[in-house]
Amino acid sequence: MAVYEQTYKRYAGSLTPEWSRFLIIPRHALRGTFNSKLFAAFFAVCFLPLLVEAILIYLRHNVGALAALTINVRELIPVDAFFFQVFVNIQNSFAFLLALLIGPPLVSRDLRNNALPLYLCRPFSRTEYVIGKMSVLLILLSLVTWIPQLLLFFFQAYLEGFAWFKANAWIASSIVIASLFWIMLLALLTQTISALVKWRVVASGALVALFLIPSAFGLFINEIFNTLWGNIISLIAIINNVTAGLFGTFERVSEIRQVRGFEGIVVREVVLMEPPLWLSWTVLFILCAICLALLSWRVKAYEVVK
Amino acid sequence: MSMALPETVHEESITSPTTDHDPAVIDLHGLSVTFGKRPILKNLRGDLRGKAIGLLGPNGAGKTTLIHTLLGFHEPSAGTAHIFGHDIVGDAKKIKALIGYMPERDSFISKMNAVHFVRLMAELSGLPSEAALERAHEALFYVGLGEARYRKLETYSLGMKQLAKLAQAIVHGPKLIFLDEPTNGLDPPARLRMIKLIREIRDSGQANIVLSSHLLLDVEECCDEILILRDGEIAVYCNLEEERKSNRKFLMLETRGDQKPFVEALAKLGCEYAITNPTRLKVVLQDGVEVRDLYRVAADSQLQLRRLSYKRDSLEDIFLKAMENGHGRL
Repeated sequence: MAVYEQTYKRYAGSLTPEWSRFLIIPRHALRGTFNSKLFAAFFAVCFLPLLVEAILIYLRHNVGALAALTINVRELIPVDAFFFQVFVNIQNSFAFLLALLIGPPLVSRDLRNNALPLYLCRPFSRTEYVIGKMSVLLILLSLVTWIPQLLLFFFQAYLEGFAWFKANAWIASSIVIASLFWIMLLALLTQTISALVKWRVVASGALVALFLIPSAFGLFINEIFNTLWGNIISLIAIINNVTAGLFGTFERVSEIRQVRGFEGIVVREVVLMEPPLWLSWTVLFILCAICLALLSWRVKAYEVVK
Repeated sequence: MSMALPETVHEESITSPTTDHDPAVIDLHGLSVTFGKRPILKNLRGDLRGKAIGLLGPNGAGKTTLIHTLLGFHEPSAGTAHIFGHDIVGDAKKIKALIGYMPERDSFISKMNAVHFVRLMAELSGLPSEAALERAHEALFYVGLGEARYRKLETYSLGMKQLAKLAQAIVHGPKLIFLDEPTNGLDPPARLRMIKLIREIRDSGQANIVLSSHLLLDVEECCDEILILRDGEIAVYCNLEEERKSNRKFLMLETRGDQKPFVEALAKLGCEYAITNPTRLKVVLQDGVEVRDLYRVAADSQLQLRRLSYKRDSLEDIFLKAMENGHGRL
């Protein structure tokens, strides 16, 4: 079917391996994404906390630099599990903002333009479509979360020595698991919302609302009933607990609250306990299962009217 | 009494007149599809072997559902079908590698130019990136969008979007192309261009075509076989070319006066007839009956014959007849 021949000819060349075809979607999607200068600038901003993290690690091991800046090494926060947990949380927040920018139109645009039959009439399954669309976020968010975090962990290990690495190797797995779980959850949530809502703005709003409204409601329950069980419906609290659990900083007893009467007299003291960690994990897994079920329901070539 | 239909096939199982040992293009094995409790396709049987198969039927007959089921979008509730010998349920991926599909509705990926869009579709069909880009350019030139290939799809006219849809359906060089209402909404020149392209692909011998359309003229111009669906069942399956060759000539009479005594006399002569309207009649002459016999019978019945001409059954006649034979809705 050469341009000059103007005839129809079948393709007789080689084909790509089937397993790799889901990667076609992120390749084309990311190319379009980085065409936006505004997005590219924001993406660069996402690396600023990592730069700060790298500087902090470097300063801790460079006496000359500390002396030049007249900083006492004790004034710097120690590079331990909590240090990495803080920066993982910061990067996870940036990942959320990136997901908010990129995620909502991924599926909704295809649904709005009836593009799904075009994907699914080819040797390309619904599962591959969903994985391909999720990969757009997984690849992009990995670049600002666990990959640089892991590199910085190895940087710290390199400066501190093998003994430190041996004693703290579990932090590396915590970084990877906490970040991956977060970005997978984000990818699933954004794809599901994108599959349910056709308009980008509404989808973005729905994603924000999913995090904020239950969290606000959970806080309300906590305040009214003097408990922390409201956290079980707060995605923000659940993610914080799960991350803390992975970094070994999770504590069930959060605070002791004094309950006061009308005249300000302390009536009683209540020990506020976070819900158990396993419950947070369970909620997250249930949420993921619901997302997958909704995606399976929505991602179809054609809606069947029964 | 009515006029005989051409040699259309109404049996439980239909077989193309051109049957050979190669696997049929589409082989229907009691294919049924149900949405909820509503049967859409009912026990379709037959093997279709045409180079270009026209899929006809009134709205709701099941044409699009049949195409979607063959593409694997809907699960059969009973039975199955084979495309080039591959089962549509068990070998769905193999089949999808062999087919191209041009959907009826507007379908595209937004924020993309035509080259990007067609290239992406080619890559999803398994072509390596560079080959996909090359074929995308070729396909767009082939359908006549060469000059507009770097324009965003959103800016295309309806006719251009139809051509872009055709380009994505053929970019990977499929063996079988499903075209669902390809001339929908096209102005006459655009329609002619689309028909020309479909005929070119058919005549290249490189691909089989299944063309679903409401427009009988499109099917008549492009297809060598037709499958007419009515209420989810096969009403007619025939080889159009052979029908054209073999169907009987009939006489179209324009009359003035009471037709009743005339048609009674025709029946006594053994002629088949159909009353089109109070002034028109279709008559198939039996062997041994001449035109002068008609004049004589007309004179005896005091009926004026104002005009008399020989005709053959058109696709429209076949279609209308198929609709008359059941509860078809037009």
